[in-house]
Amino acid sequence: MVGIESASQVTPWLVTGRTLFLIIHVLGISCFAYIVARRMVPLLRAERDFRFDHPWLRLGRVLKFWLGQWKQPRYKLAGTLHIFIFAGFIVLAVRAFSVLIVGVSENFVMPGLAGRAGPIYDIITDYAATIVFFCMVIAVMRRLVFKPARYAVPARYGKAQTADAIFLLSLIAILMVADSLFAAAKAAAQSQPGQSIETLAAFSLPWILQKALASTSLPTLGRLYFGAYLVHELTFYFLLCYRPFGIQFHVETSLFNIYFAKLDREILKPVRWGVAEEHLDQVKSFGVKTFEDFTWKHILDFYSCADCGRCSDNCPANAVGRPLSPRFITVKARDYSFQHYPVVGRANNGTPLIGNKGSGNIYSADEIWSCTTCGACEAECPLLVEYIDKIVDLRRGMVDDGNVPQSLQKPLKALESRGNPYGKMEKKKADWANTKEFQQVCPVETVGKSNNADTLYFVDSITSYDDRMQSIGRATAKILNHVGENFGILGAAERDSGHEVRRFGEETLFMALRGHNVDAIKASGVQRIVTADPHAYNALKHDYKDVPPVEHISQLISREVKTGKIKFNPIENENSVYAYHDPCYLGRHNQIYDDPRDVLDAIPGLKRVEMTRSRDRSFCCGGGGLMLFYEPKEDQRMGVKRVQMAAEAGANVMVTACPFCMVNIEDAIKVAGLEGKMTAIDLAELVDQQIARERPGLKEKDAAESKECVVASSNTQ
Amino acid sequence: MEILVCARRVPDTSENEIQLNSAGNDIERDELVYSINEADNYAVEEALQIVARVGGTVTVATVGGEDDEEILRREMAMGANHGVLITDEAFIGSDGRGIATILKGFVQRGKYDLILTGIQAEDGGAQVGGMLAALLDYPFASLVNSIEVMDGKKLKVSREIEGGNKEINEIDLPCVLSIQTGINEPRYVGMKGIRQVASLPIPTCGAADLGVDASAVGETGAKVKRVDYFVPALGKGAEILHGGREENVDKVLELVTAKGGLK
Repeated sequence: MVGIESASQVTPWLVTGRTLFLIIHVLGISCFAYIVARRMVPLLRAERDFRFDHPWLRLGRVLKFWLGQWKQPRYKLAGTLHIFIFAGFIVLAVRAFSVLIVGVSENFVMPGLAGRAGPIYDIITDYAATIVFFCMVIAVMRRLVFKPARYAVPARYGKAQTADAIFLLSLIAILMVADSLFAAAKAAAQSQPGQSIETLAAFSLPWILQKALASTSLPTLGRLYFGAYLVHELTFYFLLCYRPFGIQFHVETSLFNIYFAKLDREILKPVRWGVAEEHLDQVKSFGVKTFEDFTWKHILDFYSCADCGRCSDNCPANAVGRPLSPRFITVKARDYSFQHYPVVGRANNGTPLIGNKGSGNIYSADEIWSCTTCGACEAECPLLVEYIDKIVDLRRGMVDDGNVPQSLQKPLKALESRGNPYGKMEKKKADWANTKEFQQVCPVETVGKSNNADTLYFVDSITSYDDRMQSIGRATAKILNHVGENFGILGAAERDSGHEVRRFGEETLFMALRGHNVDAIKASGVQRIVTADPHAYNALKHDYKDVPPVEHISQLISREVKTGKIKFNPIENENSVYAYHDPCYLGRHNQIYDDPRDVLDAIPGLKRVEMTRSRDRSFCCGGGGLMLFYEPKEDQRMGVKRVQMAAEAGANVMVTACPFCMVNIEDAIKVAGLEGKMTAIDLAELVDQQIARERPGLKEKDAAESKECVVASSNTQ
Repeated sequence: MEILVCARRVPDTSENEIQLNSAGNDIERDELVYSINEADNYAVEEALQIVARVGGTVTVATVGGEDDEEILRREMAMGANHGVLITDEAFIGSDGRGIATILKGFVQRGKYDLILTGIQAEDGGAQVGGMLAALLDYPFASLVNSIEVMDGKKLKVSREIEGGNKEINEIDLPCVLSIQTGINEPRYVGMKGIRQVASLPIPTCGAADLGVDASAVGETGAKVKRVDYFVPALGKGAEILHGGREENVDKVLELVTAKGGLK
């Protein structure tokens, strides 16, 4: 060793550096191992979760979402900062290990860094430490000065975490300074007369420190070198052992959280992993009632949350003041976990999570019912934390305990006895298509009786029974008729798809509805299913099994526009500006973003603008299905916010492709006082309205004979 | 506390389109769906909450036929300990007093501290609770919207007085109470719960078991007989105001004040 003694050889007090650091290593590592072992306890007591399949696919996702930080840039400043910090940490990880080992064995060189790679790596790490240091400064500034709203903690959720965040950020900054000072002192000692010169990366933190220390005496440098090393060592282990007590635990858990993240997000978690549906009768308790009813992966989610607030920043329920903030679903569960599974002392588990009596009641019933399952939180989370499954599992638990709001009990009861939430008679299900005038224009028959329909139009409850939405049903039927689809409906045999029944936690009722529909669909002998309701679409596609392939009407229209079967008349009103609102269950849950837009753009003269929140950042209209019956506590309607967004974008016509969006948006237009300034139309209605009925190749006379509507057959092309 | 709740199965008004049958003496019952009478469901919930506080069992009984079993199962899924179907050919066509007589027989066969009924059946006349109490010579409180168990021998019950005031009464046990809807928030009965009790046997008992004189009940014993059933003709339609906004507001205020809605 040149110039100054290596840290391992110094004898600062009673023992040599080597012994001291060995003790710190052993203490630090055993402490960390013990804490992690204690943190594993609730995971081991939790419910099962099958996350061990598709290792290559999972590794690919680790590369994308962990190493690639895929979701970070959705927030430009915070995301960029994080990418720098993350990259810095990755680069510095190797250095940190070799530095730690150097304390015990001064001549240690990390394998692979012995030759030319060594100095290059050193230069990179010098910069990495510098970048991380400055990122910490910016991060502290943001917390202290700029205070982004999403970091705030509303009083009802507890105390602000600013102090803790700054403490942790400062510790990382100290770690970086210590690391740099350690290198700088060594380099400064080496650069003094008579010593071989080690180059530090120009303008990096170590380089600056080295310049500052240029005239420092060797003994002082020696002490600085040792001191910096000791500080580095202590900070490193303190951070390691402190992180599992708060949000920075994600540094350790994120890799695993992303590896084990759900692959098929669109499919809802089963009631109990490893129990087949036909054996569910034997499961005594459904859903999550106590903390241990969560699956181990869901608890890992709680540990992994970085409290970045992006979920709640995008949560429509949170935006309108409903008592739900996804961030605190996680934060409260993590606090519960740390409190009930302490690092020191006995675990005390088993208290109910929902209620307002005991200390273990971390959630309120309203909080859990407030979620529309729109998926905005999950689309945003950089750590792929799952929310919908947890909400649904908590609801399953409440349904199992009979804890269901009165406003939801009536529609659920009606779904049980009549197969629709409105309690309407089954025989009236096809009334929307049975008016004389409509039957003349576009006959709609029930499948299976006399016709051999290839395609089933699955109408679902709201479009069948709601006076306003029946217009969407008729428009859809006319479009199907126009493109020559040989289709029919189930009529009285159709039950509610049960999409929200399942998402509101009533699994057994959902299974009954699904069973009935699957039997009816199979008996009809159809080859494919079309629906204009994204909720029905999602249910048929992901919740149902063994049914023919299903398409949303927007996909069919988009295809037929491309084949030329659908041609449009130009938009007459030149003042109309259209904005497309992505329904959650068409967009975020099924990635159908382009088909509806392609259709709109194919209509001549249609002026279209995009709202700022669109595609996977679309803002939920207020929720569909049973959510229409729920009476949330809120300051404002989601729909009102949404129509205001459309107005801001400069639109005066909102196009959507979901009957529930239509309910919410039309109501919201009235509530927002935008009547006369804003209208809403369903994509199917707009297409039906603009469709050029005279098809090319059809003579005028033939066209006149076939009147409004071309009767379905395969040879009229 | 041993609690008996007398319940009834009725056509669910929110899930049916009630129409007269062609004979004009009853409603068309072919496509009706039925459920437990709403007030009775509140009574069962109240019974369950009392038992949760002070212990005991809840029995739900109904006078009817095989079809009526479904509401007993529903209430058992809700948490009731026992369900009993009181059924006999001789009971068919009973009037209110007949039903009260049958229930009296059932009550005397068991040992109940508290008997609850709904305030009235959705298609009934709010007769049975009071008559049952009188036949049993039990104290009776009606329109009950809260119950507090005192020392095991007494209850404190409240009822709402027209105009929104509340009255609290003490009542000795055993007694009969008719329960007002809104006394609590009945728990949800899921399909899973109903399935779990689907195969439980429901005991039945008839006139002989209860020692009820068959001629005193049923159609023969009925002194009240329905002679007509009709949908009243619609009255005059709503009054549409055609003036300007200010004018209409004044007119509305005048109308509402005239009807006593504003003071």
